[in-house]
Amino acid sequence: MGRYVVRRLLQSIPVFIGATLLIFLMMYSLPGDPVRALWGEQSVDPAQIAAMKKDLGLDLPLWQQYWNYFIGLFQGDFGTQIASGRPVSEVIGEALPVTIRLALFAFTFTTLAGISLGVLAGLRADRLFDRGMLFFTLLLISVPSFVLGYVAQFVFAFKLDLLTPTVQDSEAFGDLLMPAVVLGSLSLAYVVRLTRTSIVENLRSDYIRTAIAKGLPRRRVIGVHLMRNSLIPVVTFLGTDLGALLGGAVITEGIFNVQGVGNLVYDALFRREGSTVVGIVTLLVIIYLAVSLIVDLLYAVLDPRIRYV
Amino acid sequence: MSDVTEAARVPAAAPDLEKNAPAGTESGPVGKPRSLWSDAWHDLRRNPLFVVSAILIFFLLVMAAWPGLFTSVSPRHGDLSTHYLKSPEYGHLFSPEWLGYDAQGRSIYARVVYGARASVIVGVAVTLLVTVLGGLFGMVAGYFGGWLDSILSRILDTFAGVPFLLGAMVVLNTFDVRTVWIVVLALAFLGWTQIARVTRGSVITTKQADYVQAAKALGAGTGRILLRHILPNAVAPVIVVATIALGGYIAAEASLSYLGIGLSEPTVSWGIDVSAGKDQLRNAPHVLLAPAVMVSITVLAFIMLGDAVRNALDPKLR
Repeated sequence: MGRYVVRRLLQSIPVFIGATLLIFLMMYSLPGDPVRALWGEQSVDPAQIAAMKKDLGLDLPLWQQYWNYFIGLFQGDFGTQIASGRPVSEVIGEALPVTIRLALFAFTFTTLAGISLGVLAGLRADRLFDRGMLFFTLLLISVPSFVLGYVAQFVFAFKLDLLTPTVQDSEAFGDLLMPAVVLGSLSLAYVVRLTRTSIVENLRSDYIRTAIAKGLPRRRVIGVHLMRNSLIPVVTFLGTDLGALLGGAVITEGIFNVQGVGNLVYDALFRREGSTVVGIVTLLVIIYLAVSLIVDLLYAVLDPRIRYV
Repeated sequence: MSDVTEAARVPAAAPDLEKNAPAGTESGPVGKPRSLWSDAWHDLRRNPLFVVSAILIFFLLVMAAWPGLFTSVSPRHGDLSTHYLKSPEYGHLFSPEWLGYDAQGRSIYARVVYGARASVIVGVAVTLLVTVLGGLFGMVAGYFGGWLDSILSRILDTFAGVPFLLGAMVVLNTFDVRTVWIVVLALAFLGWTQIARVTRGSVITTKQADYVQAAKALGAGTGRILLRHILPNAVAPVIVVATIALGGYIAAEASLSYLGIGLSEPTVSWGIDVSAGKDQLRNAPHVLLAPAVMVSITVLAFIMLGDAVRNALDPKLR
């Protein structure tokens, strides 16, 4: 187990370096000069620009800039915003709790609703409820989140007047409800389908027949024997999905005016604020790598046949 | 009277169908074993999901190729005297005023028709590119294994670690004018990992099969084994993933265009139109609704096709 964790950690080092380098290169190969842009149309002494670039370390060759950035990461330094002069870690620190709250809300909704609907559909395979779920999930997968977001906003906020159209207070449950459901809807569809397929497959297995034959109550057969074996693919999906929810919040946060990481990265991209974009993507990569390691370790809990060597 | 004729026609037609179906797919008198592909095709034709999606996709392709067949109005012709608050004439089917006008007085119906081209091109081109590149990558990694597989897998993990939508936004932001082909390249640049993973897994399973070992023992070259033995037998899961992914790429293009980082004017795109319509959501929801419904139907058609293909190709589901 310990050796497996060490090997997985070692494997994720090149992935981490590669992914951050990729984003770093893409971002800093952008045309345009963010330092010159600070003065807009005004004329400016080139020496002043050069001095400011030297201060920010932007006069160095690109590989050296990346090296400095990479070293800084280990000291919790995500770089500095050029326009405001604030450290990027501070800017992210303000927006991150909002997005995490939204993503966790969506994640909880996806997990609870998805697994229960999937189990119900799987147990009633090919009956009306199952067919209905199939169609419902098909719709959820097909409707892009920006369409779903505006339809929800129009119906629940403008027509029925039940919810506020945009988020005023990011800590209020009612305000976050609609964005969280919209954000989690695509994952919900996948979770329902995965759970259903897995349940249907396992229902035909020998150990379920044995469990029923030896007279276990139905609740125990489904709740313990069936669920534990059927949830492995679902857990894998949910794990990788948590990262996707954080990254996919760009659209949902835009529609509902949530002041989170998604909005921050969107604004930064348009203002060509490289350090902020690279910082947020780096953070998402770290979360992605950490979560996939946790998911791999969770397998052993769900399926004792899996041994790590 | 009509009931009687209905009843009389059904039994007459039914045996006819029974006779034709096996005769069309099997040449021998006694069931000659069908290949996976003809078996799948046999299944597909009977799946209502497939029939519906095939009809939808046929219409979308015609619309993308010859939009002039559906409307005579230009999607770029704006007449500011026709206000977007004027409600649509739902009775006048397929006329320019059918779905109303947008904020610049352009016919929404014409824009919806002309928007099909960008979506279809992006979806099909990205899928083809990703299948060829990702497929090659996965095949090399899966077949040769060893240190080559270790290196290729790390490269794959690296690209998979970059968030898809965010990464595409960063790539596309470097271009000032974004044409269809730039969007295609950006999506393919980050999207190939899924196909590569599936192909790699599928090739690893296939290469252990007896017929591959037999071909090797008979002295077949690497190229021959890969092309004649492994590729035809490993390609089924790849096709399934690619078909479902096609719908996803169309949704991704629409999302990026909606964010203002995908296609840019003067290209007509449903994503751009949704983005333009969001400002009038409260007073004139139809401006946003028409392109939004079209994106959803298009994605739905391809996802349904993918579902049907998977059901036909996956023997486990039979």
